[in-house]
Amino acid sequence: MPNTAESQILAFVRSRYPQAEITGDQDIFSLGFVNSLFAMELVMFVEKTFEVTIPNEELRIDNFRTAGSMAELVGRLSEELAA
Amino acid sequence: MTIVTQAPVAQETSPVTDRASARAFVDTFIVPYAEAYDQAGYIPEELLDRMAEAGLWAPFLPEEVGGAGMDLVTLGEVHEEVGRGCSSVRSLLTVHTMVSWAVQRWGSAAQRQKWAPALAKGEVLGAFCLSEPGAGSDTSGITTTAVQSGTGWVINGGKKWITGGQRADLYLVFARTASSIGAFLVPRESPGVGVRPIDDMLGTRASMLAEVTFDDVRLDADALLGPSGFTAGMVLTGTLDLGRYSVAAGSVGIIQACLEASATYTSAREVGGSVLRDLPLIQAKLSDMVTDARAARLLLAEAGRLKDAGEASTIMATWVAKYFASTAAARHASEAVQIHGANGCSPDYPVARFYRDAKVMEIIEGSNEIQRITIAGQADREVTS
Repeated sequence: MPNTAESQILAFVRSRYPQAEITGDQDIFSLGFVNSLFAMELVMFVEKTFEVTIPNEELRIDNFRTAGSMAELVGRLSEELAA
Repeated sequence: MTIVTQAPVAQETSPVTDRASARAFVDTFIVPYAEAYDQAGYIPEELLDRMAEAGLWAPFLPEEVGGAGMDLVTLGEVHEEVGRGCSSVRSLLTVHTMVSWAVQRWGSAAQRQKWAPALAKGEVLGAFCLSEPGAGSDTSGITTTAVQSGTGWVINGGKKWITGGQRADLYLVFARTASSIGAFLVPRESPGVGVRPIDDMLGTRASMLAEVTFDDVRLDADALLGPSGFTAGMVLTGTLDLGRYSVAAGSVGIIQACLEASATYTSAREVGGSVLRDLPLIQAKLSDMVTDARAARLLLAEAGRLKDAGEASTIMATWVAKYFASTAAARHASEAVQIHGANGCSPDYPVARFYRDAKVMEIIEGSNEIQRITIAGQADREVTS
């Protein structure tokens, strides 16, 4: 898999739940992986890795449901940063 | 009530910018009075003002709001030094730190503008209101409610064991909303807020604990701090993380204080013609104090380094640091009393206070049982093959 934002996010989620099989389009909420501790780790990981700040209004469940949706959020925030 | 007298007003207060200046401040203004604070059950305003003069309350806040932009490794060192002198003072610092950090991290621009400068200067002191009579480490059990009313909120319920609650000006209150648990900034003077002091606790006796009640407290919309929905719990997680970091630092300070008191005492005290420090069983206790003080300090520094780097792994590193440091503090405070014998059970030596304070560290900001459950979840992640 190429080293895309989605693959990096997926690798982070897998590192936290090494025994789980997770794909980029799977809903990690419905799989029961997300608690407040993991949510915090996830936000910190995304902000640090992709050098973005996620504003409060973007901290919506739909932006974090899958690795793919998180990658889309990263892309959007990066574009705004570059603009 | 016992009245605590403080150091002469004429004595100059220097800024606290690092471990060395924190140590000097603590040795001058806190250590000589810590027993009196403990016995009186409160911290005098004069010391709170001196801490403000020294820039101690929230030095990690950015300079543009009046902070010093202090990194979190240094903040940990500063809180260790304060904890070495007095766990009650450090407790006040911890909860103020939590509120200040939450405002800075999660607040809107308007909320930061409204509160951060006063929090940085210590003109407004914060307290963290999570625990309730029926919910401590089990945050899912909280029953305080926040109901939307028009554009604002109405809060009802009661919080217990609120460190600094007797003195605080601003409460960060966690309450159940229709969809999750929200964080609310509640000024103490809001109509409907009640404060009842809690006295005669086992440890951190001068941390001015209170029960804080909210009876139809009406707040504007801007009282809600941070995101709503699934990430609302992150405000709590993040704030507790920083609180845990400060408690870990304070616990390192207790170990260091036990070490210093025990080293001094065993150098002077003789038994059967030998000074205590020459006895092998005493040496075993001292060696473990030296070792654990260093180990706990390194764990704390690592958690701080990860915070400064913005690494997600800081959260687990902080759990580990707090668990190790608080259990070590309780263990070594017990041994410090043992070393001092009957003297250690008296108010003539500080180790009895360390012993009582250290026990509290194993309970606050997540009991050690909860910590062990959380840390155990890390085990699978540590498998490298």
